[in-house]
Formats: sequence, C-alpha cells, structure tokens
Amino acid sequence: MIEKKHVDGEQKTEIVVYALSTCGWCRKTKAYLKELGIAYDYIDVDRLEREDKQAVLKSLKEFGSDGSYPTTIINNKDVVTGYDVDRIDELLGQY
Amino acid sequence: MSTEKYTPTLEEQQNLLDKLTADAKQAGYNINPDSEFMLVLMEGLLINKERYGYQACPCRLASGDKAEDLDLICPCDYRDPDLDEYGACYCALYVSKSIAKGQAEAEPIPDRRVSLKKASNNEDQKLNTNFPQLGKLSYPVYRCKVCGYLCAREHPPEICPICKVTKERFERFI
Repeated sequence: MIEKKHVDGEQKTEIVVYALSTCGWCRKTKAYLKELGIAYDYIDVDRLEREDKQAVLKSLKEFGSDGSYPTTIINNKDVVTGYDVDRIDELLGQY
Repeated sequence: MSTEKYTPTLEEQQNLLDKLTADAKQAGYNINPDSEFMLVLMEGLLINKERYGYQACPCRLASGDKAEDLDLICPCDYRDPDLDEYGACYCALYVSKSIAKGQAEAEPIPDRRVSLKKASNNEDQKLNTNFPQLGKLSYPVYRCKVCGYLCAREHPPEICPICKVTKERFERFI
C-alpha cells in the first residue's frame, strides 16, 4: 500500500492528487484545494521508490491518465489532467 | 516513500534563476515574470540535477536514464514549438513576450511529449536525404533539437552557441 499524504479540510469526497514534488502546476493544484478548504490526499510520484512508482504508473494508466502531472482522481473515478481548476470545481460541485 | 535528502537553499534557487534569466535574455527568450512560481521551478531543476545528474523538466517524470530523458532536459525539445503554439513551455518557465510583459498570463498546456509519443512518428529523427547536392557537401550538417541551430562541421559543438544545451542534443540533419 502506497502511503498518501493527507491534507485536512472539509471531507467532500475522496480526492487524490498524483503530483511531482518539483512541478509548479502540481503545487498550484495542491494550493487551490487547500484554499478551498477541502480535504485531499496526494502522492509525489517522483519521490516514490522504483517499485511503488511502477505500481502508481500502472494504476494511473488504468484510470485513463495520459501520464502527465498533476493527475487528480476524484471519487475514485473522475480524472482531471493538469492544473484545471474549472474542471475541479465542476466535479466537486456534485458533492 | 523515500525522503529527499537535498533541499536547495533560496540562494541556490536565486542564483540559478539569475543565470537562466541572463541566458534567456542573451538568446532572445523570455522567462515567466512570476518570481515565486519561478523559484518553485528552480528548486525542481536543482533537485532533479541532484537526483538524476541532469536538469530534467520539473513538470515531467524523468526515467533516470539520461539517454531516454535527453528530450526533457531543460530547455526541452518541446519548448520552441510550445512557445509558438501556446506562448509558454510546458512548465511555463519560458513564456512569450506578452506574458513576460504581464499583458497575458501563462496557462497550463498539454504535454507535447505525450502526444508525440502517442503518434510515435519520429520524422525529425530521420536523416534528410532530399538534397540533391548531398554527396558534394564538404561537411555534415548538425541540428540542435532544442533551438534549431544548424552548423556544418565534422562534429556538433560541445555547447550550442544559441541555447547552451550540450552536444548530445544535436542530431545529424544532412
């Protein structure tokens, strides 16, 4: 089981941001969710050990991610590619 | 999850930013005017340099194999076409003149590397054989994959005189 980092906030639904610790757009995505005050988890994929990284890449592919970052998975089904606050707002509006 | 041992200092980030800014200016490129955002990217570049031995793009996942990652070493092979099409490179480090002047804002863009890999048509890798004079050229022509600089000489230069990338970013063009 790959350890996710949790950020506290209002529990709307399950949100996992697959990010790179070095990426500006990933930081902006995390900052946006924090600003909304919504609880989310994140995984910095570039910091994972080889085996965990492979497992995450495989699961991202299954979600239909194109392998770019950040990839945000909402409620275990909806995929947001890149820093796309409009799409995040739209999806979170359902909860 | 592994722990990153190296955290670049603010001074190191600022030094890299100063160097990049000077190089960009000299070569006719513009960098993102949002200095806070830029420092995040500088930190990422420095971490990647420490981690992989080369400054892989901070917004793409490098494999750690330099030969495989050559195209995403900053400045990446996709910067110029992305600047042409979107006014910013993928991580928004390099931007158009209007964004640099604050007249427009850098927006996230799709990853050209991902779309090219999908198409997997490496046309630009092929040697250009359409030149009738090919056999008569006294020197081969090398092309910098980052900025398009061409030079006719026995070997590519150690450092591209235009965009400063290293020799291995050159391809034989003619």
